Amino acid sequence: MTERSILLGNEAIALGLLEAECTMAASYPGTPASEILRALASLKERHKLDLHLEWSINEKAAFEVALANSYTGRRSATIMKQVGLNVAADPLMSAAYTGVKGGFVLISADDPGPHSSQTEQDSRLIAMVAKIPVFDPSSPEEAREYARRACALSEKHEIPVMLRPTTRVCHARQDMDLRPVPHPKQFPLFEKNPGRWAATPKFRLVLHRQLNEKLARISRDPDCAPQLVNGDALGPGTRDGGRACIVGSGVVTAHAQEILGELGLWDRVPFYRLPMPYPLPESFRDDLLSSYDRILILEETDPVIELQLQNREKIFGRTTGHVPTAGELLPEVVEGILRSFLGLDPSPPVEPPAYPGRRPTLCAGCPHRAAFFAIKKAFPKGIYPGDIGCYTLGLNLGVVDTVLCMGASINQAAGFYHAYRSARRDMPPICATIGDSTFFHAGVPALMNAVVQGARFVLVVLDNSTTAMTGHQPTPALGRNLDGIPVPRLSIAELAKACGVRSVAEGDPYDFDRFLDLLKAAGRHAGAEDGGVAVVIAKRPCLMDRNQPRTWPRLRIEVNEKCKGCDFCVKQFECPALRPRGEKEPIVIDDSLCSGCGVCVRVCPHGALEAVSEGH
Amino acid sequence: MQQIIVSGIGGQGVLFVTKLLAQTAVDTGRSVLLSETHGMAQRGGNVISHLKVAPREQSGTSPVSPLVRPGHADVLLALHPDALAAHGFFLRPGGRAFCNASGTTAEGSLDASAIAGSLGSAVSANLVLLGFAAASGALFCDPAQLETTLARIGGKRTESSLAAFRAGLKAASAP
Ligand code: SF4
Ligand code: SF4
Repeated sequence: MTERSILLGNEAIALGLLEAECTMAASYPGTPASEILRALASLKERHKLDLHLEWSINEKAAFEVALANSYTGRRSATIMKQVGLNVAADPLMSAAYTGVKGGFVLISADDPGPHSSQTEQDSRLIAMVAKIPVFDPSSPEEAREYARRACALSEKHEIPVMLRPTTRVCHARQDMDLRPVPHPKQFPLFEKNPGRWAATPKFRLVLHRQLNEKLARISRDPDCAPQLVNGDALGPGTRDGGRACIVGSGVVTAHAQEILGELGLWDRVPFYRLPMPYPLPESFRDDLLSSYDRILILEETDPVIELQLQNREKIFGRTTGHVPTAGELLPEVVEGILRSFLGLDPSPPVEPPAYPGRRPTLCAGCPHRAAFFAIKKAFPKGIYPGDIGCYTLGLNLGVVDTVLCMGASINQAAGFYHAYRSARRDMPPICATIGDSTFFHAGVPALMNAVVQGARFVLVVLDNSTTAMTGHQPTPALGRNLDGIPVPRLSIAELAKACGVRSVAEGDPYDFDRFLDLLKAAGRHAGAEDGGVAVVIAKRPCLMDRNQPRTWPRLRIEVNEKCKGCDFCVKQFECPALRPRGEKEPIVIDDSLCSGCGVCVRVCPHGALEAVSEGH
Repeated sequence: MQQIIVSGIGGQGVLFVTKLLAQTAVDTGRSVLLSETHGMAQRGGNVISHLKVAPREQSGTSPVSPLVRPGHADVLLALHPDALAAHGFFLRPGGRAFCNASGTTAEGSLDASAIAGSLGSAVSANLVLLGFAAASGALFCDPAQLETTLARIGGKRTESSLAAFRAGLKAASAP
């Protein structure tokens, strides 16, 4: 009997890639895609496979590294989230033209909702812009299957193929059969062909024509054809007479299928599920439009299928206002859409929760909180450009004013500087924050630019020695690769100096007074006649990272009789271990949360928080 | 089919409880589909998992969506009093809620944190509540099946986890 195991969608994808004999995967972490590479690493270890896996410095690097492997005829994957795909958009557009040799799967995990992203963008739309096929799985099991199919299709037609799972596929779990994982046997052989791999614009035009031909062929490939999933439903029309059908892709089709079953309409309304929403075969489009009077399109997040089926009379979807144009298509939303499309009564309303929900916050004892509190103290009334990571939650503390995309804090700090300077206005202090992983990802070019354009501000690099938000992936400062093998270690301080920064300091935010002094000195450098950008590296490992040593003496904190219950500490420091008990009531320390960092002692203006003893 | 919501705050063991239930379902010959919270929301925010347990045979109408609709959950396990406020709307009429709360004798409520604390393992409140819910017979499986799974996948903390689970079972039969 085969083993039956419960797999996370991302683990299922990893398994699918290995079943397709991928030999390389490169990724930059981002929710909801982060667990795919981790799962590959553990499968590699378990099955003793010869693979190169890497956490690249950013998505563009990951894409290009994996692409070269594919140029040698070996199968490869590059893995990111939808926002990361923006960073890799440049190589993607070109790779579609040059094509590939070994199967090349681009996994871009989308986040309708969005649960933990800056945008809801639909990667399928980018696949369409780049002119590459895209698979849209609706469950973990299907994601595994489509990963395999995408790799095969890519190799067959020599074109990059996208696999676009969404949060509800990546972070769903499902039981499935395990089969033996094959050992890849492809030898690398790079066949020179500059006309293709190094094509100049004249050749690119030729490549574009070839790409169009490939797409036309792929759209007719029976392996990717639209499937009618309920053959029995090809009977008579629905209630209001017109022949209606549903067409969709992705997890929203899973919601719809279940709801149709519950409404007793499963064998009444033909339901087409599209493994590959782009490119659609012409014949499918023509059949659909000639066989049905009303066609509901269900897909997330943008109208990709719909745009290929333009027909104002027959199509019901986003472009016609029948499907919401933003937000996750939750099953309750899908139910509403289906009921109205099929002419049924609306479902009884469910009481919406009056409860606002707890807002996310930095962990108790998070070193970022200490750093933010110091920044607020050192630069009151400052402008605080922020960036992407756990430390985005500095928002709650009022020390993050802008969040745009990876690396933007540094460029925006420079922009603010130039805005005030060129208008000859009084310059407020500017203090930008960026995490270590983000600094490597997109901060270095931004820092070079700021320096050479003469900007002046304080940049705090919040260095917790890991990529915390996405599950503690290593950064280039670790000095070890994914396999644990020693590799050169990059120094943030040295990098900053090499970018031309003359004032670089490093301190531990738990050592609060000293850290505050470093910030103030940095502020003086930024403001001085001959000053410039000043970098302060706030160095203290993430508390949640089990690979980091816990090197501070754990303090036991007590609330003494001086506590007035003013809640200053709760509001300004927002440590989850400080629990308010109501107006004028002294606060309590939640021992199950307190990490013993002792920073709050520096926060209470009344001296009511005391470190009483050293625990362990 | 049974639809279960497990709700709590990041760090309370929502995922572990869900995993126990899911593994028990598979070990007893059923199929599962579940959806969990990752990323930003895990930093101290409300964490929720949706779990659907169904017979192994798949048919056209078997559950394929990883999400439970509001008003459709058979069981809600609330590891924190706030969780009931946040996610109570998932329960169907007649569905059963089990909530870790102090100072209330409301049906389905239990001060699981206090019981876990008295066992010297504050972090096991999730398993106390699970034991309490399992004893009620509201779950698709019986307590012994959950214990078997816990003993198998409990890792280093198996002993104290089992103790917490049994304390929850016992609390259910207390007057
Ligand atoms: S995971 Fe680490 S970096 Fe993120 S909030 Fe918690 S302690 Fe801070
Ligand atoms: S500890 Fe200090 S800041 Fe916090 S509530 Fe008491 S008096 Fe106010």
